[in-house]
Amino acid sequence: MASGNRSQSVQGLTLISPPLAYALLVMAAPLLTILAYSFLKDGYLTVVREFTLENYRAVWTDPIVRTIMLRSLGVAALVTLVTVVLAFPVAYFLSFVVSPSRKSMWLFLITIPFWTSYLIRVFLWKVILGYNGVVNSGLKTLGIIEQPLSFLLYNVNSMVITLAHAYAPFAILPIFIALEKIDRSLLEAGRDLGESRAMTFWRVTLPLAMPGVVAAALIVFIPTIGDYVTPALIGGGKIPMIANLIQSQMLDLDNRPLGSALAVTAMLIVAVFSLIFVALNRRFLKVRQ
Amino acid sequence: MTTPASSTAAHRARTAAARPMIECRGIQKHYGDYHALRGIDLTIRAGEFFSLLGPSGCGKTTLLRTIAGFEDIQSGVILIDGQDMDGVQANARPTNMVFQSYAIFPHLTVAENVGFGLRRDPRSKAEKAAAVEEALEMVGLKGYGKRASHALSGGQRQRVALARALILKPKVLLLDEPLSALDRKMREQMQVELIKLQRQVGITFVLVTHDQEEALVMSDRIAVMFEGQIAQLDGPEALYARPTSRRVANFIGVMNFLPAHVLGDTPDGVEVEVPGLGRVEIPAKNVSSKDPDDEGPSVGFRPEAVSLVGAGQPVQGRVTEGVIDEVVYYGDMTYYDVRLDGSASFDGKARPIRIAMRNVFGREVQDVGTRAKVSWSPGSLVLFR
Repeated sequence: MASGNRSQSVQGLTLISPPLAYALLVMAAPLLTILAYSFLKDGYLTVVREFTLENYRAVWTDPIVRTIMLRSLGVAALVTLVTVVLAFPVAYFLSFVVSPSRKSMWLFLITIPFWTSYLIRVFLWKVILGYNGVVNSGLKTLGIIEQPLSFLLYNVNSMVITLAHAYAPFAILPIFIALEKIDRSLLEAGRDLGESRAMTFWRVTLPLAMPGVVAAALIVFIPTIGDYVTPALIGGGKIPMIANLIQSQMLDLDNRPLGSALAVTAMLIVAVFSLIFVALNRRFLKVRQ
Repeated sequence: MTTPASSTAAHRARTAAARPMIECRGIQKHYGDYHALRGIDLTIRAGEFFSLLGPSGCGKTTLLRTIAGFEDIQSGVILIDGQDMDGVQANARPTNMVFQSYAIFPHLTVAENVGFGLRRDPRSKAEKAAAVEEALEMVGLKGYGKRASHALSGGQRQRVALARALILKPKVLLLDEPLSALDRKMREQMQVELIKLQRQVGITFVLVTHDQEEALVMSDRIAVMFEGQIAQLDGPEALYARPTSRRVANFIGVMNFLPAHVLGDTPDGVEVEVPGLGRVEIPAKNVSSKDPDDEGPSVGFRPEAVSLVGAGQPVQGRVTEGVIDEVVYYGDMTYYDVRLDGSASFDGKARPIRIAMRNVFGREVQDVGTRAKVSWSPGSLVLFR
């Protein structure tokens, strides 16, 4: 039995070794390089091979870094909140209203935005929200406004709108799956035990959908905190997030050790938040057998 | 609670005279083209243990769900304790349900499940907790309150579902195939417990089942349903001994059928000539004249209503002779297929009748091919004409 298991695990390892080698090459090696850089000295345009913690001291004490890091967290949290709150009704509609034979068609429709590249979608929001964009020219034509609204673009709101749209399918799908897994007789039981539809939703549907909601939050939160394109295009470069700061350190200022220390710090912060989410999810999953 | 063991008859006499608890009048239900309920008329009395019995797809679960308020009806009236349920939502009806899947909330503990329906109960938290503990004790789960509901076995889940419904003291408890997920031993144990519980709480129970044995064991009265209609509504003994149609007779247990020629009515019943049995007078109460699937008149009798007479044994009732065609030994019982002399089936060929004999001490199991005497009495025969 044990030897059978061993040969099976050897077989398994053999099977996954090509992708594992590939992943090590393109994921682990760059990450380790970044980690190594973050402990080295900067020698303007070169990296001096000398161990130092100076980069981390600089990152952790710099008020600009702190402001930008907090802004990144804030924007990501806001995007996550907006996305999940908007995705939930869509997922609910998909799971409870759409007839089973139509569900795959609806799921297909939800993935349609992915047919356009992320960059182009972000750029299109610029076209929609811009000074002479669709919204402003439309309102002007209708005579509702005289001057174009300037608060539409180049601020946090526009970044939240853009990112929430971009990540909507990622939030809808896990919530949809969690809702699909709910035994419908549980909802009937809730009604049978005297609760209205709204209270049954609050006491049965929502708690049972929480694993999906937590997964959706995690899936939206992690990529948005490190998003680079949207702050650059929609934010107009005026409200940089942590990714933009890392980019400027790495490429514009050519301070790779400091950029690496920033990157590692950002990763640690995201990891801490992710672990909190995972712990939350585990708690919900545990009661769901 | 202190009623003696012989209370079943008293209980049935009491409930037969009780006020109607559920009244269904002319209920029609369509699912698109499918006619699920075709005019159900039914009165279930207060305190009764009532069963809806039938094969899958006969509409029994649909009927239960219309009573609970989970399904709309196209026409007809449902009254519960005299109140019209038209427009009354499921959460406002005086009914509670034990679901087939038990529908135990997986995110809540056992106590939270049982106390789910007490949210708007004006009692204090401590009083509610005591009520939950009492309900758990009633179903034999004392001290299980803090357990996670997913760690329960099938039987325990069912007890939680029962406690969760009964704690709300509904007028009617609806049970949708509650025992079908349990293994045989557990099922038999729960059958007895459910009867005891029902007598104890005095609530009207309506059980849906496809298991005829379960219905016979537990119910005060049974409605047998086929294709959205009630085929027969009777007490268990009457249903078993005097089915009014061949279909009901076949669904509940085993019945032998022999073609019969009706000779004429007598003051006490009907006289028939049955090839294999001879001339018999069937008592009037055993004559059914509303059998729909008509292959011509026939008499029916249960395998245990006839017996093989061993050599030298005294004979009771009337005797016919035949040849043993098949012997099936079951330990406690032996089933014999006997070809009666002079008998003929509908297709002209002689089909053997089945006889069930209890293997009491000293009675030998007979062999295939031997001639045997079969004794029977006219009172156990049912005529379908």
